[in-house]
Amino acid sequence: MPLFEARRLHKRFGRQVVLEDISLAFPEGQLSGIIGPNGAGKTTCFNVLTGRYAPDRGEVIFAGETITGLAPRQIARRGISRSFQVMNLFNDYSALDNVLIALPEIRLHGLDGWSDLAANAEAHDKAAAVLGRVGLAGKEGTPAKSLSYGERRALEIGVALAAEPRLLFLDEPTAGLGSEGTARLSGLIAELKETLTIVVIEHDMKFLFALADRISVIHWGQVIAEGTPAELMQNPWVRRAGVGGAA
Amino acid sequence: MPTADRRRVPLFPVPMLVLFAALVTTPLWLTKVGLYQYLALEIMIWMLFALGFNLLLGYTGLPSFGHGAYFGIGAYAFGLLELKVWANLWFDLAGAALIAAALGALVALFISHRRGIYYALLTIAFGQVFWFIAVKWHSVTGGEDGLLNLRRLPADFGFIAFDLKSNAALFYFAFGVFAAAAVLLWRLVHSPLGRILTAIKQNETRAAFVGYDVWFYKWLAFTLSAGVSGIAGGLFALAQQSAYPNVMSLHSSGFVVMMVLIGGGLVSFWGPVLGALFFILARDLLGAYTETWLLWYGLLFMAMVLWKPDGIAGLWQDWGRRRRRSGKLPVQAAARAS
Repeated sequence: MPLFEARRLHKRFGRQVVLEDISLAFPEGQLSGIIGPNGAGKTTCFNVLTGRYAPDRGEVIFAGETITGLAPRQIARRGISRSFQVMNLFNDYSALDNVLIALPEIRLHGLDGWSDLAANAEAHDKAAAVLGRVGLAGKEGTPAKSLSYGERRALEIGVALAAEPRLLFLDEPTAGLGSEGTARLSGLIAELKETLTIVVIEHDMKFLFALADRISVIHWGQVIAEGTPAELMQNPWVRRAGVGGAA
Repeated sequence: MPTADRRRVPLFPVPMLVLFAALVTTPLWLTKVGLYQYLALEIMIWMLFALGFNLLLGYTGLPSFGHGAYFGIGAYAFGLLELKVWANLWFDLAGAALIAAALGALVALFISHRRGIYYALLTIAFGQVFWFIAVKWHSVTGGEDGLLNLRRLPADFGFIAFDLKSNAALFYFAFGVFAAAAVLLWRLVHSPLGRILTAIKQNETRAAFVGYDVWFYKWLAFTLSAGVSGIAGGLFALAQQSAYPNVMSLHSSGFVVMMVLIGGGLVSFWGPVLGALFFILARDLLGAYTETWLLWYGLLFMAMVLWKPDGIAGLWQDWGRRRRRSGKLPVQAAARAS
């Protein structure tokens, strides 16, 4: 049984059908990829899966529980975390504070209006460890808005990781990164893959095909092909559509 | 852990101690500089109102432009409780805070899903509703005259009671309330709750996606802020010995916004304190020379928003940064105090 499953999802905005009977399954411990051309509905799919939009029809199941239509906070609390294509950080906070605020223990003490958060050494240690894991050691005190583009991308992942997810969605993590940044990110995701179930939307086919265990191809709001990277390279439909880097 | 230790926030930071020392000694020096005790009392009450308001505007990023309503509700609640329920200082003041917080909580139920201009407009609309009720519900609120002849009730501690009829005695009582509220708010903004509010101010979407109930926190910030405004309003009724519609008018709402912005509430906890001091002093000193003091203050406000939106506290921080760059001030001292 997959850790996460979407069954026959349908989403429209006005008259525009963006997702049409999409079914996806993400097995535990694997890295699943989603590819497709611009406007194929990939990000809308992510937004429906993570609760930003409620689907018009269909069902989303995580760890055996139906989470269809739940708010993002409810989905996040169940162990699903995500990064964003357009970066979504607490810009005035330092890198450390960005991660700190996403830690579950801080969230669980969210009504504590007396204790000094800055004195919580355990939480600070944990946040610093997350920053180290995403390659931002030494940047703890730097405001998020002052980090470089690549560092902000890494911090996006750090914030998502701080929530201690079972399932991590990454929306175009290499967007805007140069080859060096992409290589560094590739190493990080390969390391995360050892302990997490990950779903990645990506345009960079070389990056995704090297990392993914399975890939789904979305086009015109539908899943047009699924399989391992090797299988997809042979898939005539993918080759014809020219979205698998194989055309 | 070094990271945490470096950032630890003192319970009584230097600006707080300086402020408390300045306030507590006012009876010794105020008249010597040509001012009077009631003015210090009024300034302190507005400081408390502005600090409470800034929890919402400065720390949560929610623009309430009708917050005078909760100041006024506190004043009316204090007066009505004194006149019709139980003339006991503690009961009436706690009632002022609780009633203002309860009505704030009710309003927040309707507005917490909004942000930006829609949020601001809704707060103005609700503020006007409360003002209208105060003016029209004559049998309860006294209409345009308001509630008159309120007594300055004694502060009864059981074993000893203090008479608060003199401005100096009331000032010291109000100082106790102000100091307690300032310490609590100072702790709150540095606590997990305060940091979550500031995170929501910066990015509601991200806060929701790491598991925070953004709507609830916005509701809570409004409720707490209304409660603090209510205490300030109760003290104001005690000081004025009356509660009247003007206390909760749009003017009051505008004044507190100007205090917070001119003082620099968006960049410093102490901004509202500076702003209230500056505003009331400007009113009194400029007002002694010209009836058009508000025109000049308004022009000053516009200039500040255009050229130094960080306000007086921002100017102070700029000066501190220059001093630090020139090596005359330790790097962390100023940061920890703001």
